[in-house]
Amino acid sequence: MATRGKWLNFATMNYSNALPVRIWRFYVDGFRQMTWGRTLWVIILLKLAVMFLVLRMFFFKPALSGMDTETKQETVARNLTH
Amino acid sequence: MLTFLNVESTAVLEWSRAQFALTACYHWLFVPLTLGLAMVMGVMETLYVVKKDDFWKRAAQFWQKIFGINFAIGVATGIILEFEFGTNWSNYSWFVGDIFGAPLAIEGIVAFFMEATFIAVMFFGWNKVGKKFHLSATWLTGVGATLSAWWILVANSWMQHPVGMEFNPDTMRNEMMDFFAVAFQSVAVTKFFHSVMSAWMTGGFFTIGVSCWYLLKKRHTQFALASLRVGAVVAALGTLGTMITGDGSGVDAARYQPMKLAAAEGLEKGGNGAPFSVVPGIEVPKVLSLLATHDPEGFVPGIEDIKAGYTLPDGTTVPSAEEKIKRGKQVLAAFKGYREAKAAGDSAAMKAQRQQLDENVAYFGYGYLDTPDDLVPPVPLVYWSFRVMVGFGGALTLVLLLVVWFDYKKRIASMRWLQWLGIAAIPMVYLAGQAGWIVAEVGRQPWAIQDLLPVNAAISSQSAGAVMTTFFLFLVLFTILLAVEIRIMCKAIKKGPETK
Repeated sequence: MATRGKWLNFATMNYSNALPVRIWRFYVDGFRQMTWGRTLWVIILLKLAVMFLVLRMFFFKPALSGMDTETKQETVARNLTH
Repeated sequence: MLTFLNVESTAVLEWSRAQFALTACYHWLFVPLTLGLAMVMGVMETLYVVKKDDFWKRAAQFWQKIFGINFAIGVATGIILEFEFGTNWSNYSWFVGDIFGAPLAIEGIVAFFMEATFIAVMFFGWNKVGKKFHLSATWLTGVGATLSAWWILVANSWMQHPVGMEFNPDTMRNEMMDFFAVAFQSVAVTKFFHSVMSAWMTGGFFTIGVSCWYLLKKRHTQFALASLRVGAVVAALGTLGTMITGDGSGVDAARYQPMKLAAAEGLEKGGNGAPFSVVPGIEVPKVLSLLATHDPEGFVPGIEDIKAGYTLPDGTTVPSAEEKIKRGKQVLAAFKGYREAKAAGDSAAMKAQRQQLDENVAYFGYGYLDTPDDLVPPVPLVYWSFRVMVGFGGALTLVLLLVVWFDYKKRIASMRWLQWLGIAAIPMVYLAGQAGWIVAEVGRQPWAIQDLLPVNAAISSQSAGAVMTTFFLFLVLFTILLAVEIRIMCKAIKKGPETK
């Protein structure tokens, strides 16, 4: 009879070495051990916050937003032929 | 009659253009260094893996740090351009939507997954993954960034030479009919390689400049000389590639955007055996024809020829600007008639108008122009930008030759004037790159999409004040980012590479 052994035996599976866990640890350790990279991450996050939470929300409303497809077509057609 | 050019609309148009130019220029400060340093650090890490010498590991790590600073400050600055498409250029965005959708979606996926995955392995993976796996991640970070550039440049090239699509008057969009024609047309291929090669020049000369600074300060001399050699190789490949692809760009401009070429040369009246203008008053006979057509007797039209119409050597007649404008207005009338017939449910009239529209759709954009002079871009800006690009390109080639020669003679470490020249190569290479984009983008005015949509029809209806406000917000934001980048980078350079 075929057996699947340890590969599908949840009781003996070594979770600490599972690939997703190793990837997670790789990133967590990487971020923890950053030195000058911390400053850069602060800059990246600040920049993204300014771009998406300030500029995008308050200053850059797409001109055609909130319209359904047909209204957008009509609006652009009117703009291009008036 | 269209009324796009009243005072308020003109102000909206000019501020929208200024804002886009500002954002694109700042974005292009970060991108070429990312692409160029990717090569530099890739070569250094390859030397580490091949030679098994920790010196190269420390060198690669130093340049990766500089790459990381530039990447962190520059990342997502291009997204602002996409904000502007929706807000300031809504007619344009809708008009091109289906063409831009695919390349930009691919760019987003490639940029996010490829760069985010491999850049993490590159920065976090030293001593955690195998040498060869780490080396692969370093190269793939550069490949990912370069592939992102490909899709952005495909979109830009389509605006310079729209192909592979069909205009649908029902949806008001250009719909993609041939993805490969859009993605691999000659303009896209040439523009991609020209931009990437110029980015390698930026990375190479930046490395040479920083290395020269260390030599000037008599610090990290061995590291500086080694970096200078790698920088010189990357700069040499970039310079050669930029020259070859620059030739292709000239041929493409002559074929698809003759007004841009005429403006870049300040050529009023063209003809066979056209001369190349070095500066006003100094010309080299037949060289413009040679560059534009690869034939010293080839025909190159001037600004007045394009306005008046001309006949190509193969007998093809190019209509005058007046004729094109007339046909453009007929197309717009047919387009309007089609929409009215559709609203009235008159299928016979729809069919007749659609036929007229399809026959002359190539002149669609000319319907928004009033006089032949509207077709002429700002000639002095395009002319002088071209000379700045080529002039600095030539000067950089000379700097490179001097650096390579005196390094070969083992004298560069004591030649202060050459070290200063190496440092001066950094602003020179940036100015050349910026000037190149001015030639490409200002030279194609008045078109947002060549022949199909001029910028005055592409803009949104909004107040000039709103665009002005965001213009100054960006100016402040990007200037802060640039100042922060320069400060952090100078600090990292002053600190230098790890010594053990």
